[in-house]
Amino acid sequence: MSLFKQITDKPWERTGIIGGLRAEGTFSAPPEKVALVFFLVAASIVFSLFGVSYVIRMELPDWVPVSEPSQLWFNTALLVVSSFLFQRSKAVVSAGKKSVKSTFAAGGIFAILFIAAQMVTWQNLQAQGLFMTSNPANSFYYLLTGLHALHILGGLWVWSKSLLRLLSGAKPEELRLSIELCTVYWHFLLIVWIAVFAVLSNT
Amino acid sequence: MAYVPLADQDNEADLHHPHSWVTKYVWSQDHKVIAIQYGGTAILVGIAALMLSLLMRMQLGFPETFDLIDPNAYYQSVTMHGMIMVVYMLTALLLGGFGNYMVPLMIGARDMVFPFLNMLSFWFYLVSVLILMASFLVGGGPTGAGWTLYPPQATLAGTPGHDMGIILMLMSLAVFVVAFTMGGLNYVTTILQNRARGMTLMRMPLTVWGIFVATVLGLFAFPALLVSVIMMTFDTLLGTSFFMPAIIESGTALDHNGGSPVLFQHLFWFFGHPEVYIVALPAFGLVSDVLSTHARKNIFGYRMMVWAIIAIGGLSFIVWAHHMYVSGMNPYFGFFFATTTLIIAVPTALKVYNWVLTLWEGDIRLNAPMYFAIGFIFTFIHGGLTGLFLGNVVIDLPLSDTYFVVAHFHMVMGVSPVLVIFASLYHWYPKMSGRMYHEGLAKLHFWITFLGTYAIYLPMHYLGFLGVPRRYYALGQTDFIPESAQDLNAGITIAALIVGSAQILFFINILWSLRNGKKAESNPWGAASLEWQTPDTPPIHGNWGKELPTVYRWAYDYSVPGAKEDFIPQNMADADVEMESKND
Repeated sequence: MSLFKQITDKPWERTGIIGGLRAEGTFSAPPEKVALVFFLVAASIVFSLFGVSYVIRMELPDWVPVSEPSQLWFNTALLVVSSFLFQRSKAVVSAGKKSVKSTFAAGGIFAILFIAAQMVTWQNLQAQGLFMTSNPANSFYYLLTGLHALHILGGLWVWSKSLLRLLSGAKPEELRLSIELCTVYWHFLLIVWIAVFAVLSNT
Repeated sequence: MAYVPLADQDNEADLHHPHSWVTKYVWSQDHKVIAIQYGGTAILVGIAALMLSLLMRMQLGFPETFDLIDPNAYYQSVTMHGMIMVVYMLTALLLGGFGNYMVPLMIGARDMVFPFLNMLSFWFYLVSVLILMASFLVGGGPTGAGWTLYPPQATLAGTPGHDMGIILMLMSLAVFVVAFTMGGLNYVTTILQNRARGMTLMRMPLTVWGIFVATVLGLFAFPALLVSVIMMTFDTLLGTSFFMPAIIESGTALDHNGGSPVLFQHLFWFFGHPEVYIVALPAFGLVSDVLSTHARKNIFGYRMMVWAIIAIGGLSFIVWAHHMYVSGMNPYFGFFFATTTLIIAVPTALKVYNWVLTLWEGDIRLNAPMYFAIGFIFTFIHGGLTGLFLGNVVIDLPLSDTYFVVAHFHMVMGVSPVLVIFASLYHWYPKMSGRMYHEGLAKLHFWITFLGTYAIYLPMHYLGFLGVPRRYYALGQTDFIPESAQDLNAGITIAALIVGSAQILFFINILWSLRNGKKAESNPWGAASLEWQTPDTPPIHGNWGKELPTVYRWAYDYSVPGAKEDFIPQNMADADVEMESKND
């Protein structure tokens, strides 16, 4: 039954079992995936509210436009590769192939490289004398990139748990769901990063 | 790999039954134990917040007589009373407490889908409470910025607790948001994916609907609080200027420059208004079930009730700026927000009509929970109507920051949810404890609370019309406020003291009944919804024994024509329903 049909049903008109022999979830997806989707919506609200705040703050008279370091393009590429590798490992595991370890591990390593590169960017900015409090654009820069990095760290925690299980001999099928959810999360973080980059570039 | 629905993976033996006292009652992953931990903690902080309000009332009612608190402590009490009641008491008790207890039982599940996350949610909540309470112990005390924490005053010298107090408040809120998110993801996923066989969305009791939509609101609104908390923390600790404008504090110019305090207000109320409904919607749901059960009638207009919950939830995100009419905004904005605010009255009024129509020609059993539920209809209509006043820009401007506002929001989101909480605690007490409470004591508790709250808040409307400002430590010399306002204030204080101390009746009742109450049958009210059909009372770990229930009907089959009993449980098939024989 479609969701619309479900909530327009007149429950008093009909008794007896509705549905098949089994209990059915509203969505035919594992609960972890449903929870992840809700989490992603909540996380995107966090980022969009920061985005809105940025735009409102930009209109105020003390705003100093700061051009973004060009290194960010390189960092973005790292994250794209990471996301791509996760997509690959998802495809590999769906196809039932055995060798997912290296692809999955590499995906996470590129994400770590991304965070490292972001930190280098921070240091370069600070070397130029652009600190958190130097001007509002910089405050937002540190805040948004930091928050995004924190989200990646959260993902890496799940990734490391799955990787450890893979390395200690768990079958890839057992980790299918974890790998799939990691992939969804990484794509989400890539999209968020591109949005953050776009917002920050708009000075 | 084919998708296997959760309930179909059910295997009672696989449940991790707790083995020791610690895993059973402390590090418990059982939703019922977590619910009681959540509820107990929420009630304890609620008592603390009640005490603070009584301190404030003593000051306001008898400013010359009592010298309990100075102006700083008064502001701190105002702030902590508000914040604790709204976030740490009501939200935690209704969603953490009732959400945890009711959801799995009402939808026929063994537990939440992520029990470990659920346990973590409670412990994070406890940490947030402890951080908040710690602010009473640090130098300077808790923040006195008002529960809205508006910058720049929240962090400036002159506001009590502007150094440590505000930081602890912000930290505590951030931890609370994390705790809520973990719990919230659990409730939403459990309701969507873990319902028993036959339990369609529209067969769920309204309690579950209220909790579901409120949780979704929370998941989408608490991010706004988190965002404002993060930026404010940065402003305070790191010296950024997100919200802080260029400002001079006791003669020295601060380093801040150009921030926007109004931006904070927008973010705060983008959380703050849905928060009202995060508290109200579960209460709407709970009270619907109590009314229907004790009126022995199906809830009137079930579908409309569900849709109204959803509509109110949706609308609650586009009304936030009605809290900011006096902050200065484009008149067209004011017009927009006044319009949406008044539109929200439509689904809300619809719910009120449906509650009243549920009572219409019902076979009403005036048990204590029913007293509280009917009392709620009164206080909610009352508070709702004054909301129509305040939703209009032109009426709000003169009434803003007067006692009229205090009376309005206490009626609508203080007293009303609290009456529902009492109704629900009495109603489900037999299921939760296996004992009956003392009926007479509960009714006495109701009358003192119900009449008492009117004695407190009704006069406040008049004070508001007189222009008595809220948040003032003492009125001082004012020409426009007559002397008699002070008498009214004294009367309000006396009523508040009586109502406050009468709550002891409730605690005596539930604690005494825990040992000495009459043993409760498994379904003393003859309720149709699933939570009353558990094989054990109180339900044990795993809730349903060997086999999960199957649902054959909606939750409101009361007084079905022809049936022998005046209720048919949700898990009873048509073939098993005893019919009255034709000869009778």
